[in-house]
This record gives sequence, structure tokens and C-alpha cells, in this order.
Amino acid sequence: MMITALANPKRFLDLSRTVSPWTCALAVILLGIGFYWSLFATPPDYQQGQSVKIMFVHVPAAWMGIFIYSMMAGASLVGLVFRHPLADVAAKSAAPLGAAFTALALLTGSLWGRPMWGTYWQWGDARLVSELILLFIYLGYIALWNAIDDPVRAAKAAAVLALVGAADVPVIHFSVDWWNTLHQPASILRLGGPTIDKAFLVPLLIMIVGYTFLFLWLLLLRMQTEILERRARSLMMARGA
Amino acid sequence: MKAFVALLTRDIRLAFRAGGGASLAAAFFALVSSLVPFGVGADLVLLGRIAGGILWVSAALAALLSLDRLFQADFEDGSLDVLALSPLNLEAASAAKILAHWITTGLPLVLLSPVLGLLLNLPTRAYGALIASLAIGTPALSGVGAIGAALTLSVRRGGLILALIVLPLITPALIFGASAVLDAMEDTGRGAFLFLAAFSVAAVALSPFASAAGVRLNVGG
Amino acid sequence: MAILSLVEVENLTCERAGRRVFRNLNFAVASGQVMTLEGANGAGKSSALRIIAGLLPQASGDVRLKMAAGYAVSDGDERARLTGWMGHTDGVKAQLTVEENALFFAALYGARINVAGVLDHVGLKRIAGIPSQYLSAGQRRRLGLARLILSNRPLWLLDEPLSSLDAAGRRLAAELIGEHCDDGGIAIVATHETLGLDAARFFLGPQ
Repeated sequence: MMITALANPKRFLDLSRTVSPWTCALAVILLGIGFYWSLFATPPDYQQGQSVKIMFVHVPAAWMGIFIYSMMAGASLVGLVFRHPLADVAAKSAAPLGAAFTALALLTGSLWGRPMWGTYWQWGDARLVSELILLFIYLGYIALWNAIDDPVRAAKAAAVLALVGAADVPVIHFSVDWWNTLHQPASILRLGGPTIDKAFLVPLLIMIVGYTFLFLWLLLLRMQTEILERRARSLMMARGA
Repeated sequence: MKAFVALLTRDIRLAFRAGGGASLAAAFFALVSSLVPFGVGADLVLLGRIAGGILWVSAALAALLSLDRLFQADFEDGSLDVLALSPLNLEAASAAKILAHWITTGLPLVLLSPVLGLLLNLPTRAYGALIASLAIGTPALSGVGAIGAALTLSVRRGGLILALIVLPLITPALIFGASAVLDAMEDTGRGAFLFLAAFSVAAVALSPFASAAGVRLNVGG
Repeated sequence: MAILSLVEVENLTCERAGRRVFRNLNFAVASGQVMTLEGANGAGKSSALRIIAGLLPQASGDVRLKMAAGYAVSDGDERARLTGWMGHTDGVKAQLTVEENALFFAALYGARINVAGVLDHVGLKRIAGIPSQYLSAGQRRRLGLARLILSNRPLWLLDEPLSSLDAAGRRLAAELIGEHCDDGGIAIVATHETLGLDAARFFLGPQ
């Protein structure tokens, strides 16, 4: 079975060293095509003008923020239930990437907001507000990992937190959404709203797949580093003992 | 059951002894909400409108204040080992500690809130909603807070990380709680109150299990 | 009379923070026996006790408690319900009086023993009303001994029980352990000192 084969960190290292250059190449190619297509080969929006093109950076980043958190929660569950050390490494390595994508989404969202809303931040955009809270959840998760010295204990504590967060994130999103519809006057213009023109759809999908490969590449790199770091530490401790 | 009551009464007693957090949290709650007018100005109309929000944010901060010692004190003096070996399982022990935290922290906040509502010019028709929303919502703060407290119990200076972990998770309680007060002021239904109740029930039901998981992994460490 | 007939430790391996502490530990202690667990600092005496108590999961191996009724208990949570514990911290709340602490232990463990009598037995009756923060380290240790009696468990696990105790306190501790084993109990004691009891000795060596 593949999972048991991957349980061996040595085998994982070998495999990921073969796979990671390919994920890197795919990310570069897809992002190259995606950037060119979305920035130069799509028409400006009749309402948003050239600003609409921020969407091609923003929407995939926002999507990655959610996707990576779900992946982390899944890995945490596997780590807790099956005591699978690679799952813990994957969750730990993914968190800063998820936080970075979420921060990118917030940054691009507020840059887009400046010309559109006349302000960098709009509490009326439920999606941006939810992303802000998601970023805080990522930061708490990373802080918890860093605060506990014992890696085994840190992994378990972080996994419990990731699962509690996974149960809460949809509720948070719902509450923010509900709060918006209730207390904000008119519905405001949103970035990458429900109706996306077909001309934008294909380059947007290419960007999303490109982001995903970029994430996979960085994740593999971070996991390799983490495994090697752990090995170095246990060698050091063995020598010290 | 006897063990549950024993732990509950012990924790309540500890909270009211020297160094306990009970009166501290209430004082902090009063202080923070009294400081807000200095920040936003003495406009009574504005204060009355945001009073519910101020009191809810202050309540969340005050509840956090005494949470970092919820399990940590027991961890440091060895009481947590004693609990882990007792006939009471850790889920029930966590539930007892959450209940004790609510009785010593949440309940005083609920009782104090109408007085602070007066200071903040809360409209008369909103007092019922303020008290009811805090009464139904503060157990969620104790519950979710206990999860954070259990996960950070071995961390020195865990209070800051606790806040970073817990505050984002309780945003729904803040949103629904403050909205419930606004709803009462503007007579816009009671949806917020029902959502708050649902969130609180779910949080209180799940938190003993997540807290016990946190305690277990730390006792084993 | 005895509830527990044998504690059996088989190929027990302990890892903490990803580091191996000891490996393939094997011993057995029968009803009525005391065993001292000896070894250098860091050899894993406390960890071994925590594993046997069910507080710390082992990396591999088994701990089995064979009951007089014929069945065996190997689950950690169930072992915890049979263990009387004295760790290197006393589990005493400084803000509560000696008596309040003892009454809490009794209620928590469902003891049907007279608390005042137990406090008298461990020499704390005279100071039962004072807050525990004024206790000396040795007096807190005695309160820990009171908890052992109140917990009424067949297996006693003690981590350096003699530390901070005066001569009379040491005699008391040894006497209590002796009485416990005479009643068919089992005691495993991690210590650097001699108990003055007829005890089996087990050395935890470096790996």
C-alpha cells in the first residue's frame, strides 16, 4: 500500500527528491502561461477596468488558504489516529505556506479594494473578513508548534487544534457572512464574485492549478528539510547521551 | 458523581482564595469597558449603540484572563497526575473544570453587565438581551478557552499563545452575542440569539473531549 | 485478600521527545513484594513509573496487571484506576488547608476511610487546619503519603518517596509501604536510598 510505503521517511525522501523538480517545473510553466494569459490576453472588465486582473492572483491565493487548511486538518487526523509521523511533518510544513497564501489573498484583496471601494479595507466583504480570521488561526497554529519543545507532544497538540479549527472555520465563515448581510447596507462589489466571465475562467483555472503545484513543490521542500532537521537533532541527542 | 462535585467545589474554592482569578476577571471586565469611552469619546448616543459590542469584547478578554492557569496550575503542582489516576475520567474532569471556570468567571460577568450597561448608556429595552446573551454565550468562552488552556498547559508564558489560539475561534460568539443586543435595540428579530445558543451548545458539548485530549497528551509527555 | 497478584513488565521500551530512554525492560513483581527501581539520573526511572501507571504511553512492549480474580489488565486507562501514585510533585494545592486537600483526595478517590485518622497516622493531625503553602517539603510529602492511603489502590508507584523526609518521616514511609505489601499490595519505588525493607532491586542501566 502506498501510505505504508511512504511511512518510511527514507523512502519518502527518495521519492520526493524525484518528484519535486517536476512539481517545480509544472508550477513555473503553468504560472507562466497563466500570468501571460490573465494579464495580457484577457479584456479589461467593463466595471472594474484593469483592476479585475488582481483577481487572477487573489482568487487562487484565497482558494489555497482554504485548501491548505483542509489538507492540514486531514493530515492532523491521520497523524492523531494512525500515529503517522509523516502526516505530522506534512501538517507542520503546510501551515506557513497556508498562512502566506492567505496573507497574499488579503494583500491583493485590499489593493483591489482601494480603487473599487475607495478604501483598503471593507468590513462588508465577508470573504476578506473570513480570510483575516483564517490568517489568525494559521498564526495560532504555528505559534503552538513553536511553543512546545517536544516535537511529539507539539505534533499532537497542534493536531487537536487543527481539528478544532476545522470544525470552527465553516461556522466562523457563516457567522461573518450572516453578520454582513444583516448589518451592512447594500451589497458591495466583490472580487471574483459569483459571475465570472467565460473569458476569465480558463486562465483562472490555469492559475489555480499552477498555485497548487507551487504549493506542492514548496511543501515537499519543507518536508524534506523538516525530516533532515529531525534526523540531525536525534543524531545530536544520541551523541549527547 | 461525587468525584465530579469534589473537583468542581475545589476549583471554585481555589478561584476565590488568594491568587484565584474570580474577582480579578470581573474587575478587568469593568475596567476594560470603562476605558472604551476614553478611546471613542463621551458621545452617549454612540456609546449606547456600541455598548453591546464593547461588553461582549470585554467579556471575551476577561474570560481569557484566568484561563491560562486552568490546567497549568494543576500540571505544575502534580494535581493533574492525581486527576488522571482518579476514577473520574479526564473528559468529566475537564467538564468539571470548565463549569467551575464559568461559575467563577462567566457568571460574575453576567451579573455585572447591567451595571456596566448603565455606564455605557445601553438603551433600556436591550438589558434583557445583554444579560441573556452573556448568560448563554459565556459558557462557550469557557469551553473553547479550556481547549486552548489544555493545549498550552505545558507552555511557559502560555497566556499569549492561548489568546492567539482562542480569540479567532470564538468570533462567532462575539458576532452573534453583540448582534443579539443590537437586535433587541432595533427590534430586528432573534436570529442572532438562536445562533449564539447553537454555537454555545456545540462548543460546550465538544470542549470537554478536546480539552481532555490536550490534557492527556501533556500528562503523557 | 489480595486484589492484584502480579505486575508484569515485558520488553518495555520508552521514547520521550523522539529519544529512546530505555529499551526491553523486563521484570515482574508479585503480590506482597516491594521492588526498588534504581539507576543513574536520566536512566528513565520516572518514565518507567509513568508508563506502568498508564500516564505515559510506551513506545513498545507490555505492562500487565494480573488480578487475583484471574483476568489481566493491560490497558493504560485501566491500569491508572489500580494505581496509587506519589510522583516527585505532591499534587497538593497550596491555597487549601491540609484537611481540605485530604478531604478532596478522599472524595475524588471515593475513599471510605476516616480522613482525620489518616492525617493522624501520617503525623499531620496537629496542623490539619493550616493552609498547605506553610507546609515544609517533608510535610507535603507526608500529605502525599496520606493520599496514597486514601486512594486505596493495590499497586503503589512511588518516585523518590524519601526525598525531603526526616528520619521519622522515612520510617513512616517505609512502614506504610511495608503495611501495604503485608496486606497483599505491590509497591514499586524509584529511589537512590535504601528503604530499610526487604525489597527486590532492579537496576535501570544505560542503553
